[in-house]
Amino acid sequence: METESAFPVVIAEKALHTLVCALQKAGYRVIGPILRDQAIVYDELDSVADLPQGWTDEQQPGSYRLKKRTDQALFGYTVGPHSWKKFLHPPHLRLWSVSRSGNEVRFSHDKTPIQKYAFLGVRSCELHAMAIQDKVFLQAGHEDAGYHQRRNDSFIIALNCGEAGGTCFCTSMKTGPQATSGFDLALTELLSADRHEFLVEISSQIGANLMHDVASREASAEDLATAANILARTAENMGRHLDTKGLKERLQDNPEHPRWDEVAARCLGCSNCTMVCPTCFCTSVEDTADLAGETAERWRRWDSCFNSEFSYIHGGSIRSSVKSRYRQWLTHKLAHWIDQFGSSGCVGCGRCISWCPTGIDITEEAAAIGSTAPPPEDTS
Amino acid sequence: MLPRFLPVQRRIRETADVLSLIAEPPEGEKLPVFLPGQFNMLYAFGVGEVPISISGDPGERGRLVHTIRDVGAVSHALLQLKRNEPLGIRGPFGKPWPLDQARGADILLIAGGIGLAPLRPVIYHLLAQRHSYGRIALLYGARSPADLLYHRELERWRRVPDFQVRVTVDHAGRDWLGDVGVVTRLLPKINLDPADTVVMLCGPEIMIRFSTQALLDMGMNTQQLYVSMERNMQCATGSCGHCQFGPHFICKDGPVFRYDRVEALLKRDEI
Repeated sequence: METESAFPVVIAEKALHTLVCALQKAGYRVIGPILRDQAIVYDELDSVADLPQGWTDEQQPGSYRLKKRTDQALFGYTVGPHSWKKFLHPPHLRLWSVSRSGNEVRFSHDKTPIQKYAFLGVRSCELHAMAIQDKVFLQAGHEDAGYHQRRNDSFIIALNCGEAGGTCFCTSMKTGPQATSGFDLALTELLSADRHEFLVEISSQIGANLMHDVASREASAEDLATAANILARTAENMGRHLDTKGLKERLQDNPEHPRWDEVAARCLGCSNCTMVCPTCFCTSVEDTADLAGETAERWRRWDSCFNSEFSYIHGGSIRSSVKSRYRQWLTHKLAHWIDQFGSSGCVGCGRCISWCPTGIDITEEAAAIGSTAPPPEDTS
Repeated sequence: MLPRFLPVQRRIRETADVLSLIAEPPEGEKLPVFLPGQFNMLYAFGVGEVPISISGDPGERGRLVHTIRDVGAVSHALLQLKRNEPLGIRGPFGKPWPLDQARGADILLIAGGIGLAPLRPVIYHLLAQRHSYGRIALLYGARSPADLLYHRELERWRRVPDFQVRVTVDHAGRDWLGDVGVVTRLLPKINLDPADTVVMLCGPEIMIRFSTQALLDMGMNTQQLYVSMERNMQCATGSCGHCQFGPHFICKDGPVFRYDRVEALLKRDEI
């Protein structure tokens, strides 16, 4: 992404349609929020008409409900169960296939054309999540070539959040709500009784080129102030808060805190939190062969540290208790990640809270562990 | 990262459930250099892939040796490979034993069971560059005399002057004249300078816990000790997540760790 900045412009709601058409014409599969199975998920858009206009979501620990809005906002909701990782880091991917004839072995090359994606409506927390996954998959010397290509080819239209959800805490993680980098275009939805427009920030040459075909006017100081007010209001309405000061040490220094037992009693080990998390990257490979043993394939699929087989070595699983698996997940996400990749693995999107079937709240657990010294050992 | 296929040249039966597979590249092709302590991902066609330490001589560039115990579906399939059949290999991966830093010091190797395999390249190196190191010793523990790896070499190493080799087994029949018991019981029998010794340990975690404690009790410090760790590994490049051990990825930050970096983690269960 080049970093040519242009002055922000304002486009009419209807002009979003022109933008999506321009992307499709340029060969992009446009992915955005759509309404399906009573949730707002990410999938291919045929047109802007597929966006969940006039809908919002209400999120609480273990609860996600859609509701009609009183207005016609196109992006009047927060994040749902999907994240963009399902496109950049696909849940199920063939890594290679190989055939064998006697002792001769030959790899066959995948000729599936690479699909270019345009992502519409990427929140600031999600931009941060992408940057975090970049550090995992683009490590010097061990680059995931497929990920690199999908990522480089993607066109990103960010969205400054006009609403904060009940489980959101991006302000705690310093990942939002304003999109500050990592996008081609960034939208702020300006909606009131007498207007429905978008403020558009342009931060790449490709973005600028696409905007040539879209009717726009220069943004006024008033437009910019309105957008800033929207972001300020969103930042003030976070449903959750996480105190990150000293959190890494609190978690790493308390592997035997009694709270781990308490949370383990509520955790089903279902792995929902890791599936909806936009940064969780763990995978397993599956090697398969045809019955004759002549062709074989390697597939990679998302896995989770909540599955007991995840830590299997001959003889058994290292982390056989749910307590140890929850401890692994939380400590990795909020503490070890900093040692490994230089930032927290949490972006404060709140998905793991909303989609936990028993409503376990990461902010509550993190605050409880190490916030007070564990009780002294019984010496009687 | 695609595996490279090399034909199996020889199979050496070490014990009832352990074999060494020797693979050689075709004429004109080279093998990558490996350092003692590194491992490869070995792939059995259509069955799966497992991490196996390299157990051959790092000075011998024409062949690649892996010593494999039959413990699961993939290792079993690998051990079915016949001469000339293709063995899939990715690697080498991981951080090696600290042979450069250990120059001039006394060296103590402590191995348990199959843990001798990743230490064998160290022995080859030490014997090849004998003058660069002080006194050297190997303590090796196995379940029973029948489970001892590298019989003939052990005999040969025993005869090397100034190489203290002590072997112990957990249980043995009447025909076993050697030591019986845990490896820590051999520690008083070797002659090293605890203040100037580098220790390299590989074996079951229970052996590592007791051995490191015994070494610390002898007055060594945690920075003199190095351990090789084992966990589930699938990518070997730090992106599948399986081998995490606290903040470490064993595949790329290990498998060899200086003990002070993992001591606290090793003392906890289920990390």
